Amino acid sequence: MTKDFQTSKPIYIQIADHLSSQIVRGEMRAGEKLPSVREMAINSGVNPNTIQRTYSEMERMGIVETKRGQGTFVTENEQVLKELKIRLQTDIIDAFVQNMKELGFSQEEMVEGLEQYFRREQE
Amino acid sequence: MNVKLRNVSKRYGKDFSLKNVSLTFETGKIYGLLGPNGSGKSTTLKMIAGLVYPNNGKVEVDAEEVTRKICKKVAYLTELDMFYPSFTVGNMIEFYASQFSDFDMEIAEQLLIDMKLDRAKKIKQLSKGNRGRLKLVLTLSRKSPVLLLDEPFSGLDPMVRDSIVKSLLSYINFEEQTVIIATHEIDEIEPLLDEVIVIFQGDIIGQKNVETLREEEGLSVLEWFKSTMVQMEEN
Repeated sequence: MTKDFQTSKPIYIQIADHLSSQIVRGEMRAGEKLPSVREMAINSGVNPNTIQRTYSEMERMGIVETKRGQGTFVTENEQVLKELKIRLQTDIIDAFVQNMKELGFSQEEMVEGLEQYFRREQE
Repeated sequence: MNVKLRNVSKRYGKDFSLKNVSLTFETGKIYGLLGPNGSGKSTTLKMIAGLVYPNNGKVEVDAEEVTRKICKKVAYLTELDMFYPSFTVGNMIEFYASQFSDFDMEIAEQLLIDMKLDRAKKIKQLSKGNRGRLKLVLTLSRKSPVLLLDEPFSGLDPMVRDSIVKSLLSYINFEEQTVIIATHEIDEIEPLLDEVIVIFQGDIIGQKNVETLREEEGLSVLEWFKSTMVQMEEN
């Protein structure tokens, strides 16, 4: 039940990242209600104050909206959701490129490696 | 409800268990009290529970100096076994309900179901894990402003720990309760905590907000605890 968290990153951000990728993957749809703070806390084994902070942060970013007395919902603003998807893509590319650089690969080698990968995929 | 220790010292014979400790615990937060064996964690909890009195300084719960009667406001889970072996689980529940006016029977019944405890079973027939669960049922069924848990996870398997964490999160009233957990098992409960306090040889050597620690220093509680301990040993 209790998720494993990376040590160097605040837990509230890790939960926000997790929810963001669920939204991008379509596991949670535009306009869908998020679990209550308490439910989310119980499911993830995390302090409710932390979950509250996750929701506030996501609200600040426009990804979710809190409706008084009803709960927190995924935004229906398609522009925001599109940007979220692009942001996640950028994050993954950043991490990929960083890792490859550390291994000593040049830009050309990375591109070449990716092309080879997709050629193999197609076969 | 605030819990305050003001310049508290406690000696057992010649040995200091706590040395001039000042701490404040705020309502709505879960605190982790960390430290090696014999560092003064249990003594701190016992003083808040009114079971041990300081030699110097004051312990206050809700601005009231702590006496034995504070048990009305403070629920305390001891690390020891405190059951009558011939009692059944149901007897224990009834006993607690008769002793504490804030004991909530509905919560107790629900917790018994969640923890899969059989009311009719005798305490002496329970496994260690189930005795640990029962202790938590009894403590969490009280709507006390202050909850003190001394090593609630010790010796329990991961399944039991998970069910304990779940119950804590389900039944704590964050508007009204203050929770203090003394433990070694830092990794397991880190995501549960707002703040951590490290005690070493009777001194408070650190207090941190868990998320601030990660944000500003990039450390988990366990990493911070270990580095703090290493520094202490070098000095």
